[in-house]
Amino acid sequence: MSEQEIIAFDRADALVDVPTHYCPGCQHGVVQRLAGELLSEMDLTENTLLVTSIGCSVFLYNYLHVDSVEAPHGRAPAVATGVKRARADKFVLSYQGDGDLASIGMAEIMHCANRGENISIIFVNNTVYGMTGGQMAPTTMIGQKTTTSPAGRNAAKEGMPIRMAEIISQLGGTAFSARVAVNNVKNIRKAKKAMKKAFEVQQKELGFGFIELLATCPTNWRMTPIKANERIEEELIPYFPLGVFKDLTVEAED
Amino acid sequence: MANNGEKLFIKGNEAIARGAIAAGLKCYFGYPITPQNDIPEYMSAALPAVGGEFVQAESEIAAANMLIGAAACGVRSMSSSSSPGISLKQEAISYLAGSQLPTVIVNMNRGGPGLGDIGPSQGDYFQSVKGGGHGDYRLLVLAPGTCQEAYDLTIKAFDLAFKYRNPVMILGDAILGQMKEPVITWTPDEKDEKEGHDWRMCGAKGREGRILKSLFLSEGSLAAHNQMLQDKYTDMASYTQQEEYQIDDAELVVVAYGSIGRIVKSTIKKLRNEGHKVGLFRPITLYPFPSGDLKKLAEQGKKFLTIEHNLGQMVEDVRLSIRTITDSDFFGFLPGNLPTPDDFEGPILKSLGGK
Ligand SMILES: Cc1ncc(C[n+]2csc(CCOP(=O)(O)OP(=O)(O)O)c2C)c(N)n1
Ligand code: SF4
Repeated sequence: MSEQEIIAFDRADALVDVPTHYCPGCQHGVVQRLAGELLSEMDLTENTLLVTSIGCSVFLYNYLHVDSVEAPHGRAPAVATGVKRARADKFVLSYQGDGDLASIGMAEIMHCANRGENISIIFVNNTVYGMTGGQMAPTTMIGQKTTTSPAGRNAAKEGMPIRMAEIISQLGGTAFSARVAVNNVKNIRKAKKAMKKAFEVQQKELGFGFIELLATCPTNWRMTPIKANERIEEELIPYFPLGVFKDLTVEAED
Repeated sequence: MANNGEKLFIKGNEAIARGAIAAGLKCYFGYPITPQNDIPEYMSAALPAVGGEFVQAESEIAAANMLIGAAACGVRSMSSSSSPGISLKQEAISYLAGSQLPTVIVNMNRGGPGLGDIGPSQGDYFQSVKGGGHGDYRLLVLAPGTCQEAYDLTIKAFDLAFKYRNPVMILGDAILGQMKEPVITWTPDEKDEKEGHDWRMCGAKGREGRILKSLFLSEGSLAAHNQMLQDKYTDMASYTQQEEYQIDDAELVVVAYGSIGRIVKSTIKKLRNEGHKVGLFRPITLYPFPSGDLKKLAEQGKKFLTIEHNLGQMVEDVRLSIRTITDSDFFGFLPGNLPTPDDFEGPILKSLGGK
């Protein structure tokens, strides 16, 4: 390296140096990178116990330098509860997609939040079941075509897309709940800040930390990554508003 | 075995709960269902009092998944339930077995299928010993017949779970759970605090991250994993336990387990007094099944009768054990009724005299 060269951007220590399995333009990679950067910056890597779930993110344990356990589909919040109860001194992180968290695992996420488990959950909402080939999710938009809603999601038959960050914010044990997006640099910066908050409430033992990230699945949206980013801005954010829905640290600071 | 020798008059359910705490239980997760509610009720007060964690989960599904988390941390964990609840736990039990996570699960078997009734039954034998969840796996299954045995086997269950890195099931029923008997308590010598130190999650400090998982996608990796599990199950096969009663000169060996084994023992006592050459073989480990010892009895020319509180399940394992030599009769006492020793007299005499 010449003396003039300054490293402006490097891989965080918590991130394993391997190529990921995601499709081009998939934002699971962005979210995981943010998680890895925060673990490094907050000096949490060696103290973290990770719970991975079912969906395209299942291989997360290959990408972070942490100890991890695999949960059955939807049950990550229950597995994480077991981890935290066994090792209250550890930082417990879980990562779920929208099918995993808002469909099959709805009961587990609600009760985990309500108990106020001191854990942090990263929730990637890409409005579709990615891994299984693009079926309808509880977060699929009205009119959105998927392999199981070929005519577009129909509210009368299939209900409205579920807004998880708002629901979670209503539960007594929640210390932090926010929705962010990772569709542009500005939003990615905000997303990282919000994720940090979700991690901090666990460190402060204030309760359950929840962060919903609007992300793309270009493959199953049948869009280019650029178009997919535009869809987040134009279609998703108006229905899934960005913002902080609960933050106990604000009340604590009052 | 350090013995603090307290003599208590308690239910089988409480004996299990106390045994688990004596064994060093750290985390209990449960959901109410009759006839095992004494276990979570006891745990809710007693476990926090010794520094453990009790969680009444939102469902049996959640409780079983909490076990995955706690077991992955290498602590002693347990859940208890009864038949419909055990069905709900099966997905997690399959993951526990596939990920090689040690834990103890109690099933106080009630009558079924479906909601059935809350009375005793042995209808969950297949589900317990053949793997009630998906995939090729086995649980170690222990079937106590008395409250003392319930206490002792619960302590043993934790050691076996960690020895084999495998879930262990304690299979009882409403008779065992609800009857009160004297139990002499004891606490095992200090357990190895390093249990799981070479595999558990505890924070990846100065080493690669550990991954506890059951997903093996790359070519051949699942086959290798399954071979390793198979080797472990073969290794387990050496660990069998049974009670043999009046068996040496018996012409007819009655095979029965758990509460039914105990009731049959009373019948056999009576028949012996009347001069009938009958004996009892009561398997205590249902998996691994004591096939070798049964086969030896078959080689001695004995006849067999299997008695169960179901439509005929363990009898298949009895027949597999002795199939090259002889067969076993079967008497199934229908779930939904409570047997007494008298109920078994006729079937035993019939088998003794028949063929
Ligand atoms: C009990 C069970 N049911 C169904 C599946 C199949 N399955 C695997 S991933 C998945 C959907 C995951 O979708 P999502 O959580 O939205 O994650 P994504 O792949 O979009 O990241 C399903 C249904 C499973 N593994 N287990
Ligand atoms: S299918 Fe969708 S969510 Fe899955 S890796 Fe591809 S783009 Fe990402």
